[in-house]
Amino acid sequence: MSATPTTATMRSSASATRRAPLLAAYAWLVFAFIYLPIIVLIVYSFNRDGVGGFPPHHLTLDWYRQLFGDGAIWTSVLNSLIVAACSVALSLTLGLPAALALDRANFPGKSLFRRLVLLPLILPGIITGLSLLMFAVCAGAHLSLLTVFLGHGTALISVATTELFAGLQKMDRAQEEASLDLGATPLQTFWRVTLPNLKLSLIAAGLLIFTLSMDEIAVTFFLIGRDNTLPLEIWGRLRRGITPEINAISTLIFAASVILIVIWFQLRTRAQRKAL
Amino acid sequence: MYSRAYKSFVSLPPLVWVGLFLLLPYTLMLAHSFWVVRDGFIVHEWNLQNYRTLATNPVYVQVLLRSMRIAASVTLCSLLLGYPLAYYLSFYAGARKEILYQLVIVPLWISYLVRGYAWKTILGSDGVLNGFLQYLHLTNAPVGFLLYSPFAVILMLTHIYTPFVFLPIYAALEHIPRPLVEASQDLGASPFKTFLRVILPLSLPGLLAGATFAFVLSLGDFLAPLLVGGASGTMIANIVQSLFGAAYDWPLGAAISVCILLITVTLLFFTERLAKRWAFR
Repeated sequence: MSATPTTATMRSSASATRRAPLLAAYAWLVFAFIYLPIIVLIVYSFNRDGVGGFPPHHLTLDWYRQLFGDGAIWTSVLNSLIVAACSVALSLTLGLPAALALDRANFPGKSLFRRLVLLPLILPGIITGLSLLMFAVCAGAHLSLLTVFLGHGTALISVATTELFAGLQKMDRAQEEASLDLGATPLQTFWRVTLPNLKLSLIAAGLLIFTLSMDEIAVTFFLIGRDNTLPLEIWGRLRRGITPEINAISTLIFAASVILIVIWFQLRTRAQRKAL
Repeated sequence: MYSRAYKSFVSLPPLVWVGLFLLLPYTLMLAHSFWVVRDGFIVHEWNLQNYRTLATNPVYVQVLLRSMRIAASVTLCSLLLGYPLAYYLSFYAGARKEILYQLVIVPLWISYLVRGYAWKTILGSDGVLNGFLQYLHLTNAPVGFLLYSPFAVILMLTHIYTPFVFLPIYAALEHIPRPLVEASQDLGASPFKTFLRVILPLSLPGLLAGATFAFVLSLGDFLAPLLVGGASGTMIANIVQSLFGAAYDWPLGAAISVCILLITVTLLFFTERLAKRWAFR
């Protein structure tokens, strides 16, 4: 993801930024396509006449007012936040040892394990969701937010493992060796050397898992009990028809995401500056 | 340098967990596909009846083929949008590269559902696009065929997977050593020839990764058809979902899931081998 410019790329982009007007126009059209629905969504969240029709007129905050008085939505937001936070904890707790094991240990079935962990990321969500549903039913579990959390946490070990494994690969093992040679126990070395070195990967993985869990719907769809997560609440309302309240909540989520991205970006540039 | 105890301490918990919560559920799916439903109960009787039904009932094959067509269209459209975008950013964007890259990433953080919903509000018969067309007096009555069609499904999924396809292609393009490109130009190749003979071959692994991702995830999508697809846009995963819901035939649904899984795994196997062969050495 983070493509650091090599000296070669920096040189060529500095020496000559070539021009290709047709390609540039095409690229901007693609951007327009990507952003069109998002802009429509935001604009119509302020439209008094609701979603549809053109041009939008009578700007209003009514839909936001209605949204803030809507208890069901905020309950589902709270449910989603709880599930996401717990999923982050679970998948990092298991993803970290998994990444360490893949990086450092050899055991029978290692390549099978690597593929299996990644499967939920690669397979369509419905397959993982249904498998977990059958498992829950066979285990006699009652479908609830707990099953949703177990599903998210387990499926997202894939993300935690990939991110942390990449972090471990970049890490300088000499530091750990030095720590062990100087008499620190393996546990001390883990706390004082390994973990601090992985800090950025841990934050990155955590943020990614959090957003993925907040947005997850295919797996959640099959594991949900009576309490809805936000995407399922929105889904239920969509089945009943279009309401601008959904535009309003989506706009708010969009704003929150952008803020998260900016924070993450700041963290990364600061870390990179420190590394230089 | 790591002790045996350390190694087993880090390997065991994830191994046990993944075995219990991933391997076992997937195995259970496979087992279900060999069972049958009788009098409303799942009977643990091993047979191939579900697979026979799938092979003989033309409806399933038809919908599977339609799903593959839709997934292929989504993949093609995402590539047609994502590749030129990545190429432009990597080679022509200059100083604006970083900010434009972020602009492609941002929509990834917007809920899948919300983006689908946005298309629904745009394409609907009293939607934004129809309002716009009537505002311009291009049509008098709303155009009805936009929403609830395979077209709408392809449009929505293309919108979702274009950034995903863009990412690995962009990463591959960024890793192409620029002196190679310059050498090709210095030796007299036209920009088009340089692209065709140098840049495109070196970016193939990224292209393949993005295309596989888009194809597999579109193939198994059941939400886009429900949201914007209508009856003519029904896909294979919708059948699975209804078999697990109202139709209550888990074993048959599991058999279809196993087929989707097999298609996915086969595809991944071949693309992995191809990518290795094409990888820049």
